[in-house]
Amino acid sequence: MAKRSAPEVNAGSMADIAFLLLIFFLVTTDIATDSGLSRKLPPWEEDTQEPVIIKEKNIFALTLNSNNEILLTSGGDSEVVALKDLRAATVKFLDNGGGEGKDACKRCKGAGDPASSDNLQKAVISLANDRLTDYKTYIAVQNEILAAYNEIRNREFKRDYPNLEMNFVEATAMYQDPVTEPKVRENLKEKLEAIKLIVPQKFSEAEAKRD
Amino acid sequence: MSKFKKKKDGGLPPISTASLPDIVFMLLFFFMVATVIKEDNLKIQNQLPKANQIEKLDKKKPISYIYIGKPSPNYVDTYGTEDRIQLNDKLQSVKEVQAFIAAERAALAEELVPTLTVSLKVDKDAKMGVLTDVKQELRKTNALKINYTTKKGDALTN
Repeated sequence: MAKRSAPEVNAGSMADIAFLLLIFFLVTTDIATDSGLSRKLPPWEEDTQEPVIIKEKNIFALTLNSNNEILLTSGGDSEVVALKDLRAATVKFLDNGGGEGKDACKRCKGAGDPASSDNLQKAVISLANDRLTDYKTYIAVQNEILAAYNEIRNREFKRDYPNLEMNFVEATAMYQDPVTEPKVRENLKEKLEAIKLIVPQKFSEAEAKRD
Repeated sequence: MSKFKKKKDGGLPPISTASLPDIVFMLLFFFMVATVIKEDNLKIQNQLPKANQIEKLDKKKPISYIYIGKPSPNYVDTYGTEDRIQLNDKLQSVKEVQAFIAAERAALAEELVPTLTVSLKVDKDAKMGVLTDVKQELRKTNALKINYTTKKGDALTN
């Protein structure tokens, strides 16, 4: 008598079922975009405090108007800058190092123009926008300012910790990554904080003008 | 007449499709794991702008979302064409922001309250006016950690 092999189960419709599920999930979900520019707002103060006096040459004032043009006031003169030139201009201002004596900047690699910022700690960037400025312009400007800070922070991080073989941004990402071991994180945190002290983000936002 | 006769002559054997379900299931599981179900049903347009100096938000820390943008085409009759704020499922006025943050905080464990981050999902064509008002309200209620949520890309091409 011939041996009969077990009959094959017809799995042809399994693919159809799986496709149906797949299409359902494809349609009902969207990939989350939960990343962005992190910022900290200044605390609310009811009574206005005494204004802090800052030398004019240490202020890099950006004003966005309702036509999305950028006016840059720094060192006494004002000019309209294009968005693509903003990052280079910001780095040039932050890295200028025009201070003398106790204000001298040891780390700056800039031109040392006496009409521009003294050192990294003194340099302040101020941003004012109109109520009719487009959000995308505002974000682009914020992005460029952050990029300028990151550029200098990367450089200083590499200079201070050359054996880590990464820059400030990579180190921050590693610090925030939950997979990183706690020991490594502690170590990184110290270094990141040190760089943040050397290159502080002094960024001020004025309230939008009412037009 | 040979004893060893070929059973079939010529013709390709049918291609086995038994592994097809496995492949499709693999894709299915990938999409199930990699995606999150939408939290809020948006009534406004919400095309995020692009930026490249971005940091990832820590999902373990509490995040509240505030959406700003023009009402979607099917809501224009009801809500007009000016920029509006959406909190949870409703379009709200600026005054409701403080109450919204208070409600979000009340739902959290006490030790997590200071780590609350507000993710601002603002349409790229929105104007700054409404966002400025929202930021003032956030300052008043002391929710200072904010994140301008963006897509990854070149900010100059927005």
